[in-house]
Amino acid sequence: MALVTTTLGEMDESLLEKREGTFEDDNELTTWTEYWKDSALVHRSAHVTLKKAPVFAGGEQTNFV
Amino acid sequence: MANTASLCTSFLAELMTGTHNFGVAPIRAATTADTFKGALYLASATYNAATTAYSATGEVSGTGYTAGGVTVTNATAPASTNTSSTAGVAYWTPSASLTYTTVTLTTAFDTVLIYNSTQSNKAVGVYTFGSQTITAGTFTLTMPTNSTSAALVRLATT
Repeated sequence: MALVTTTLGEMDESLLEKREGTFEDDNELTTWTEYWKDSALVHRSAHVTLKKAPVFAGGEQTNFV
Repeated sequence: MANTASLCTSFLAELMTGTHNFGVAPIRAATTADTFKGALYLASATYNAATTAYSATGEVSGTGYTAGGVTVTNATAPASTNTSSTAGVAYWTPSASLTYTTVTLTTAFDTVLIYNSTQSNKAVGVYTFGSQTITAGTFTLTMPTNSTSAALVRLATT
């Protein structure tokens, strides 16, 4: 028996409808898990993994010529 | 052999540790690393390169979330790698995910601001992701690989 934290308190997972999804692009990989009870969203968690920082600071050496 | 003009890659990493000071700098009370934090911001906020410090304006709010966000785990010091005789990269990434446990954030958010809570909450970087909401759940933000090409903070010469 797995318990899920919901807006209604701790509930047995078997009493809930579970929905999962993923999204991926160049910036991130995201997964989410939702639990629904009687057509109401009672739990949503998300996990975002950043793939890389999109920008970085750069610099150039000045040449004395 | 010949000499090659270049900023030294070690210098880049030393910038990240406050070793060099070309101007007026804060007096440091210790030689240990500063404390950094990660705060979440609404998709409607306007944080960007012009951001200079943490602000509560536009920050998420909701059950279980503390204003200012969570502390960044920093167990790995900045590193640097030469990529050629004229170029190199210094880089740093938090050593663990940022986790906001059992929160309810019903207004969409898409940004984390990493800032230095030891140094007057001065800003480090603004990082965006796909818009999210959380309901009685946990939001986990896993950092990119700590490498020259992906790390969260990278300083590079070209």
